[in-house]
Amino acid sequence: MTVAENGGAAAVADFLRARREQLAQQWADLTLFRAVHTSGRDVAVHAAHRLVDALTEVARDGRVDDVTVPALDQVRAALAQMIAARSQAGATPPQVAAEVAELKRPVIAMVGRELADADRGAALIAATDLMGTLRLVGMEISLSDEGAIVARQRRQLSEVATPVLKLWDRVVAVPLIGTLDSARTQVVMETLLEAIVDQHAAVAILDITGVPLVDTVVAQHLMKTALAVRLMGARCVVSGIRPQIAQTIVQLGIDLGDITTRATLADALEWALGQVGTSIGRA
Amino acid sequence: MNAATGMRRVSVHRLGEVLLASIQQELTDSIAVALRQDLTEMAAAGTRGVIIDISQVEIVDSFLARVLAEIAAATRILAGRTVVCGMRPPVAITMVEMGLGLPGLHTARSLEDALALVEAGEVGR
Repeated sequence: MTVAENGGAAAVADFLRARREQLAQQWADLTLFRAVHTSGRDVAVHAAHRLVDALTEVARDGRVDDVTVPALDQVRAALAQMIAARSQAGATPPQVAAEVAELKRPVIAMVGRELADADRGAALIAATDLMGTLRLVGMEISLSDEGAIVARQRRQLSEVATPVLKLWDRVVAVPLIGTLDSARTQVVMETLLEAIVDQHAAVAILDITGVPLVDTVVAQHLMKTALAVRLMGARCVVSGIRPQIAQTIVQLGIDLGDITTRATLADALEWALGQVGTSIGRA
Repeated sequence: MNAATGMRRVSVHRLGEVLLASIQQELTDSIAVALRQDLTEMAAAGTRGVIIDISQVEIVDSFLARVLAEIAAATRILAGRTVVCGMRPPVAITMVEMGLGLPGLHTARSLEDALALVEAGEVGR
């Protein structure tokens, strides 16, 4: 890093401290601050102050284009709060990135307008670098938030989406909801087989009402599960096959083999009760 | 049964017209082959069904799966039906993953169910 750039960073630091109030006032009117601090403009101005101060520290540190400097931690904390609030309000990551980018214009405009000619060039470069770094930090936060959300939801899905229900003495059912990939199939198979052992089940019902589409892969997963159930000494019936899915299965030429199928869970239960030697009257 | 070989074998019991082989140890290849021989020999004399209890077996590989299928095929010709009962979940998953569906073999959850299946004399799969 050259002396001139360092001089620019120092000039920016001085400038930010001197114009702290003006800049905070201008930022407070931008979408990012307005949308997050809806309770009042004073709160938005206060938050903008904090961000200006944090950026001043980074500029004083001198390394305005380095996203790893410790001085950025405060910037990160201030920005993370706002980005979290924005994404909770439903803003997409590109929207949030654009809103963070908006903060740049007032800074550059003020530096260009108010600094003496001698300092202006280096200061403009340093200010641009600094605001670029801010934008990068913003994107970094958005991305890690998204990643965390995806990981959490995936975990929740596999935990929540595979309950095994006891419908009757020796009859268990798994209501499958969502896409059936090989990881889910594995979890479903394991929990279902354990349930068959625990409940001494004679019939297992796989209900696919909540499965949006059945292709060759999903059909294969279903057949695997049905086969494992049979090996365990229980019988398997697949229910909840909607007319469109039945058509798709036929059109794709999928052979479901000797899997018993029923249109609805009620029909499957009736069949299951027949298998275990119980019958109930129809209303 | 042939004890002269000195090898550990699966004991096969006769309950009326039903043969019961309860496997109480890990099934090695040689034990499985011996079981196949014992069962097919004993099934020749007035047997209606064969029950193999594998509830203590924790590992089944492709060879053992094939032996089980062969026992089933042979006893079906000689006697009646062969029922495998008490398969453990990990064994079932492994067999499915290996594509071994034991076609032609009847399965039951427990020994009791297996007996009922043989007694009933109807195809239950």
